Amino acid sequence: MKMIHVYPPRSVPLFLGPCLVLLAWLGMPSLVHPATPEEIGLKIATDASDKDDGFGNFTARQVMVLRNKQGQESRRQLRIKVLEVAGDGDKSLTVFDEPRDVKGTALLTHAHKQGADDQWLYLPALKRVKRISSSNKSGSFMGSEFAYEDLSPPEVEKFTYRYLRDEPCGDLTCTVTERFPVDKKGSGYSRQVVWRDKDELRIWKVEYYDRKDAHLKTLTLGKYKQHLDRYWRAGEMNMVNHLTGKSTVLNWADYQFRTKLRERDFSKTGLKRAR
Amino acid sequence: MPRRIARYPLALTAIWLAALMVAVEARAEFELVASEFSGRVSLEARYFPRTGIDPSHQSSHTTGFVVEPKLYLEEAEGSSFTLVPFFRYDSADSVRTHWDLREAYALLFGELGEGEWEVRLGVDRVFWGVAESQHLVDIINQIDFLEHPNGEVKLGQPMVHVTWTGDWGVLEFFGLPYHRPRIYPGRGGRLRFGGLVDRERVEYESGAEEWHPDFAARYSHSFGPLDIGLSVFNGTSREASLICMPPACKRTGVSDVSNVWIPYYAQIRQFGLDAQLTLDAWLFKFEAMHRSGERNAVGREQEYGRAYRAVLAGTGGFDDLVNAFREDEYVAAVVGGEYTFYSVFDSTADVGLLAEWNYDERGRRALPRRQPMTLDNDFFVGARLAFNDVESTEITAAFLTDASRQTRTVGVEFDRRVFDQWSLHLESSMILSIDPLDLQYVGRRDSFFEFHLEYNF
Repeated sequence: MKMIHVYPPRSVPLFLGPCLVLLAWLGMPSLVHPATPEEIGLKIATDASDKDDGFGNFTARQVMVLRNKQGQESRRQLRIKVLEVAGDGDKSLTVFDEPRDVKGTALLTHAHKQGADDQWLYLPALKRVKRISSSNKSGSFMGSEFAYEDLSPPEVEKFTYRYLRDEPCGDLTCTVTERFPVDKKGSGYSRQVVWRDKDELRIWKVEYYDRKDAHLKTLTLGKYKQHLDRYWRAGEMNMVNHLTGKSTVLNWADYQFRTKLRERDFSKTGLKRAR
Repeated sequence: MPRRIARYPLALTAIWLAALMVAVEARAEFELVASEFSGRVSLEARYFPRTGIDPSHQSSHTTGFVVEPKLYLEEAEGSSFTLVPFFRYDSADSVRTHWDLREAYALLFGELGEGEWEVRLGVDRVFWGVAESQHLVDIINQIDFLEHPNGEVKLGQPMVHVTWTGDWGVLEFFGLPYHRPRIYPGRGGRLRFGGLVDRERVEYESGAEEWHPDFAARYSHSFGPLDIGLSVFNGTSREASLICMPPACKRTGVSDVSNVWIPYYAQIRQFGLDAQLTLDAWLFKFEAMHRSGERNAVGREQEYGRAYRAVLAGTGGFDDLVNAFREDEYVAAVVGGEYTFYSVFDSTADVGLLAEWNYDERGRRALPRRQPMTLDNDFFVGARLAFNDVESTEITAAFLTDASRQTRTVGVEFDRRVFDQWSLHLESSMILSIDPLDLQYVGRRDSFFEFHLEYNF
């Protein structure tokens, strides 16, 4: 396992910059170990992604509590099934239990590392499967403060990165990295700032900046649990919208890894079976 | 033989409950991992601003309620049983007070080579297609015409539905052993033409009548951004030819409220194609079908008149009336698209714009399929405004216009969750104008407003 602590000090003296570029250009990158903030950022993201490899599949329950400025609450309840796909984005199936008027509605996503994801929606009242556009990344998920893109698995390829600094976060030390969406048109953000602890590369905080670079939302994560002695999953995610004062708490429960789920459960036929 | 139609769901429920008890009895180890009871109750009202064609029986408003519970049982291996009965009470029309078994099926599935098999046995609903203005290729289920003239609501259909899924796509086979006739509104009901449609006398081309075994198959697959479906149906038409036979029906046409028409279901064959291309926020849609075997009286008035007089004189019978109809063979299509503007004006709202063109080779001889319009050369323009708020507020508007005739309708719907389990639906369905040449001219007074307050559990 590559260790994150060995990252070099952040800054390389300015005057060395051109020399480093020259050396790199001369094809002697081994001599140029001091990596750029971009390279470090990418390495952190890649390492975190590698750490999560091999989970196979999992199922979990999600309860969302939406709160408006006045403190009024509204609940959403969902079940999610995720299948890891070697060499491509994950496949996931989300089934809605609450609110009751959309009960049984299901969303099938085939995420891709490159290009647009494929998404189908199942409407139980009509028993209709509808292929939908996946370009609505910035839209609100079920009226919550989470956008679709906040909930989709963060494939490494979908961002570019820049390492900022290390700083303490609680009892841990965190790396602070910026990530920029590759698909600038599709994303609602200009950038995100991500805090990961150095030990396990778990995300503890994400700040979202809108297209005008105003600080729009902050996500804090907690109640981490380790599954199969390897995979860390947050039990609670709290998204606060600084512009509207609204917030959404997303609680995860009943994580089960390596279940009987198969590829076929993530087909359009499987989607019609979801309930 | 009263209420022959109403007995059908009752018989099916009894059969299924018996089968379920036997199954549970036979397999003591039958382990339920999930059992769920959910559903909806809806209070509804409709108001018709204009007096109907039959003012001595029809009223300007109706109130009622719907109960649609759902029972779902799942055993350890994933097999399941679903039961969805449906009941509506309507204050104005005793026929619209009806019940149905929407779903009552056992679902089994398992591995088959690299792919999988799935069997659905019992009563179910199946949807095919991609278009919004009409569901052209969709044919497995009869529509529940009493619920709404738009044909979105369907009756349960008994079937054996076998699916084979692999990397190469999805292949489905349907065995449909029983035909559900369309039920038309009764004397107190609006949204009908002048006369009534006989509910006790239902005629079939097939000697096996409603027990004619119908078959259907469908292949579907996704190729990147393209979803495609090819389908074939062979069997009893879901759409009736309405036959005017003496003495219950006089040759006074569709506007005579005293006429009673006999529904006749021909044997048809239909080939269908549906495709959708999804590119960013664009959806491009296409549906086409070729159908043969349907009977059509439009343009055969003279022949029909002769047959009618023969029946009156006692020298002809029902078959002569049917034979006066022309057997149709035609192509129909829908082509269109949808574009969605996400998060408009920095809000959370989405605006979707839809446009479709409906074509029917029969032109003026086209018969209305589901909509109160014939859709032979008709443009559909729609808009959907989704606020994406906590209450899931949504407004949709749809405008249909016949490019070759003076027929235009507009529909507006509003949906909003009011409390966690309650939701509100408001709708207006307006006939702006109907060409006097249209068959539906008789329904020109049937614009309406509708209100639902729904409780979901």
